[in-house]
Amino acid sequence: MKKSRTGVLGVFPHLDTAADAIRRLRSEGYVVTTYSPTPRHEIEEALETPDSPVRIFTLTGAFTGTAAGAALAIWTSIDWPLIAGGKEIVALPAYSVIMFEVTILLGALSTVAGLFLAGRLPHIGPPEAPLYHPSFTGGNFGVFAHAPLDSYDAVQRIMQESGSEEVLFDKR
Amino acid sequence: METVTRSAFHPDIVGYEDVNRDANRLLTKPGKGYLALLGMSVGLVLLAAFSLGYMVTFGLGTAGDNWATYITTFVFWVGIGHAGTLISAILYLFRAAWRQSIYRFAEAMTVFAVLTAALFPLIHIGRPWFFYWLLPLPSQRHIWPDFRSPLLWDVFAVTTYLTVSSVFFFIGLIPDIAAARDGATVPWRKKTYAVLALGWRGTDREWRHFTRAYLFLAALATPLVLSVHSVVSWDFAVSIVPGWHTTIFAPYFVAGAILSGVAMVVTLMVPVGKIFRLEKYFTKVHYDRLGKLLLLTSTIVGFAYGTEYFMAWYSGELFERGVFWDRVTGQYAYAGWCMITFNAFVPQLLWMRKIRGNLNAFFIISILVNIGMWYERFVIITPSLAHSYEPWKWVNYHMTWVEAAILLGSFGWFFMWFLLFLRFLPGLSIAEIKEVLPPPMKNRHAEHDHAPKPAAAPGEVLPTGYKEMELR
Repeated sequence: MKKSRTGVLGVFPHLDTAADAIRRLRSEGYVVTTYSPTPRHEIEEALETPDSPVRIFTLTGAFTGTAAGAALAIWTSIDWPLIAGGKEIVALPAYSVIMFEVTILLGALSTVAGLFLAGRLPHIGPPEAPLYHPSFTGGNFGVFAHAPLDSYDAVQRIMQESGSEEVLFDKR
Repeated sequence: METVTRSAFHPDIVGYEDVNRDANRLLTKPGKGYLALLGMSVGLVLLAAFSLGYMVTFGLGTAGDNWATYITTFVFWVGIGHAGTLISAILYLFRAAWRQSIYRFAEAMTVFAVLTAALFPLIHIGRPWFFYWLLPLPSQRHIWPDFRSPLLWDVFAVTTYLTVSSVFFFIGLIPDIAAARDGATVPWRKKTYAVLALGWRGTDREWRHFTRAYLFLAALATPLVLSVHSVVSWDFAVSIVPGWHTTIFAPYFVAGAILSGVAMVVTLMVPVGKIFRLEKYFTKVHYDRLGKLLLLTSTIVGFAYGTEYFMAWYSGELFERGVFWDRVTGQYAYAGWCMITFNAFVPQLLWMRKIRGNLNAFFIISILVNIGMWYERFVIITPSLAHSYEPWKWVNYHMTWVEAAILLGSFGWFFMWFLLFLRFLPGLSIAEIKEVLPPPMKNRHAEHDHAPKPAAAPGEVLPTGYKEMELR
């Protein structure tokens, strides 16, 4: 089902009931956005989420860093060749330290870039789901089903049968 | 099977909301004691700023030596940072669940310690405004810094460490700042946290990428932390000064860094835990494990001290022997003995469970280790430089008031940031502590219906050692 802009939010004080609701809603064809105060594998399993692409950013950034560190040290040494301490102009054992540090630096920064791009942080513009409740960073779990107005009743029934204690509607 | 309803690590935490409440409590109106401490810290910073201004105006000659106190203090503060990364990154990779409640303090300590350390290379060059000469920036004369020099490696290592640990700290804070935003009642706080939380709502998309990114940052920070103090040690070991030119420096420095850092974690944890009543979070298990970590690193450091003396004797090198003999009998013998006693012998008391469990004793030991570790760096740097190959180079170093004021100011600077952090950012890692709490379940027995097992006491389900601690 296409991700609808409108929908219904269920507030769940329990993790297992929230996971049940996610499974049932997904089997009925609804796209869901969940909220949780802490990452839980039960929710990930119910959503069957694929692997995060952040790892590709980390790997690319790290290798770019190795290359950049090597390039910086080698190029500047060749640009003004000056023998110091009786070492080679291009002294790779010494430069390995620079290569290592820049590997870590760019690896970490590109990991953050990956998180920001893939996780859509910082949030600018309309949020992923129109409804939110401040208790989701406290103790409650939230399941938002993206649904058109005409299926609100069906979604509400699923939420309540699963164990939602409060159901909110996006009335636009 | 009886189901776990309380965490085995934190049996006094009732549920998820408990963590939010306790973390938000730290952010409420400060007491008089807090303001007094903050005032003292700012006072020390002002004193150091005045001394630095004096030194810059009247020249580096107003300091006894540009390496002695300044570089000692630089190495000391870089070392302090290491325990924070150990707790936040290395223990994360090892899935040590006891780290969750103390890691935010430790990570904050890392960031502020490295922030303090980074000032000293700038101060010790005497003309801090020429610091950019150390950076590989294009200049008219096409002269680049020498990448074969350990001092330049150090510039890269320390700036990378400061950047990566700050990033790691801030990324870990995002979900907790969002929790602070949702719990804040004061309007300006709510607005500030809303901006800093970057719109975090804890959606499945955010958590999915966050947990991966966090894992990779931990995986990158782990080799980084081991490399930083190794590189710092090579500032010394790559030269040929007697007392410095040894191959054991890298592991010796890393172990020393973790020893001093863990001691500083304990020095901060004990008063913070008491003042803010965080006994639920800093339990006996935490102090017990930190005690064991301190004991392990102290033993490694003690072994390294022994190895240094053995090598000086066994090598038959006259100058090396001279330096090491001078360290325990010469002008700086007080520093040499402080270092050996406080770092290698005093922590051995922690073999005794009673002492590990006695917070007052542990606190005093941690302070002694802090003093001992400052002296360790002093002993490595100053007597070695003051007792080089030729007698005409031998000098008597005395700390001047300028150096003493800047050293004191560094503590003020560190504690100023730490105290501000405690009041303005979540000091407890709200989301991560919840990872080790049993999640709220409605149908507690549903998962176990098919495999009936004999009833177990709640705490025995997770192998954390807390129950064993209690039983002792």
